[in-house]
Amino acid sequence: MTLARRIIPCLDTDGARVVKGVNFVGLHDAGDPAELAARYNLDGADELVVLDIAASRDRRPTFLETIRRVASELSIPLTAGGGIRSLEDARAVILAGADKVTVNTAAVERPDLISELSREFGAQAVVLAIDAKRADSRWDVMIRGGRESANLDALIWAKQAVASGAGEILLTSVDRDGTQIGFDIPLTAAISQAVNVPVIASGGAKLPEHFAQVFRDGFADAALAASIFHNNVQSIRELKQFLASQKIEVRFPC
Amino acid sequence: MIVTLIDYGAGNATSVERALRRLGATVQLSSSPETLQNAEALILPGVGHYAVLVRALDHQSLRPALVDALHRGVPFLGICLGLQILFKSSEEAPELHGLNLLPGRVSALPSSVKLPHMGWNQLQGKRPSRLLENILPGAFFYFAHSFAVIDANGESVALCRHGSDFAAVIEHKNIYAVQFHPEKSGEAGAQLLQNFLSLAAT
Repeated sequence: MTLARRIIPCLDTDGARVVKGVNFVGLHDAGDPAELAARYNLDGADELVVLDIAASRDRRPTFLETIRRVASELSIPLTAGGGIRSLEDARAVILAGADKVTVNTAAVERPDLISELSREFGAQAVVLAIDAKRADSRWDVMIRGGRESANLDALIWAKQAVASGAGEILLTSVDRDGTQIGFDIPLTAAISQAVNVPVIASGGAKLPEHFAQVFRDGFADAALAASIFHNNVQSIRELKQFLASQKIEVRFPC
Repeated sequence: MIVTLIDYGAGNATSVERALRRLGATVQLSSSPETLQNAEALILPGVGHYAVLVRALDHQSLRPALVDALHRGVPFLGICLGLQILFKSSEEAPELHGLNLLPGRVSALPSSVKLPHMGWNQLQGKRPSRLLENILPGAFFYFAHSFAVIDANGESVALCRHGSDFAAVIEHKNIYAVQFHPEKSGEAGAQLLQNFLSLAAT
């Protein structure tokens, strides 16, 4: 009886459609979010994340409708984010059917956002997304979709955010994102050991062995990936079967 | 049978409603004491802070109607905070009072483990359970909480463990409650909700 490590597919959307591209360049259509959500729900996903990577104000109603459509396909938890800057933004996303919200740039610019959300919805509903990039002897927090340095040490930021009420950290390695050479193990291990909340590792996954490594050596509580699931490069069910065979506790059969 | 889902404004009533409708149940969301008094079956969902639920029950004058319905034998299912509220008090908000229908209290899970207890975990059955009928013993359920009933007693039919043992499923006469979220727990969760609908209808 141990808490299972989670496998979380992520839908990056432009508000309405799932998109794929490297560093927001050359985005192309990768499908309908509700259709993918239904597929992952059946295939054994433990949770789903849906992000609005455009996060423009005028597309907001479209994204909320996407959350509603996705949520109605799921019997697993849903996290939504992208462009959440206030309590009201978060409330709209939760009322649309999300169980948790992720905050990133807005929380760096105004750390009180984390405690406001945590008081209102509970720490279990507040996921701090950190985009981290190696810089000499530390990892820098990156904002605005990974393009700009916040000049902040990721380890210090993670601890501060947890003290303010973040209940989970979604940790993306900017260095590994899109490379498919595996998760950033030292980064994940450093953050996971620095805080007492669950850490979701993201960025660089392709092979089943990458997931085993990040759970075994990176101490991740969950692992997130996008395109390898969308393109059927990796089935979630087969991935979990592999992890179970490696004696890693997962929800399997699922 | 109409299932009355208590919607106190801060919970996850919508996702519970969606899960129940998928099972073909007739559901009404309500926040009025009159509806609670006449309910055939009651579900109290909950997520977030204990104080939010307690204050909502009191501000909306739902406490007496709820306690009355439970005493009259109306089948009740509490989910997450809906389980915790059945006890006397919670360390999360020690100044507030729960419904005090069951002996025990809500405590913080030990900080020797990562908190919140977030994700899928298995149960350890203690005695026969109607809620867990037709669910395989190794089934996983989705948890998201930092507080739990640790001094679990005779009413616990199944425990879970995260840092310490705590009550995961409670059955006491017409009162049923789960610490996890069946509405987010895939097929096992759907079966549990179906089991509640079936026992409430008989």
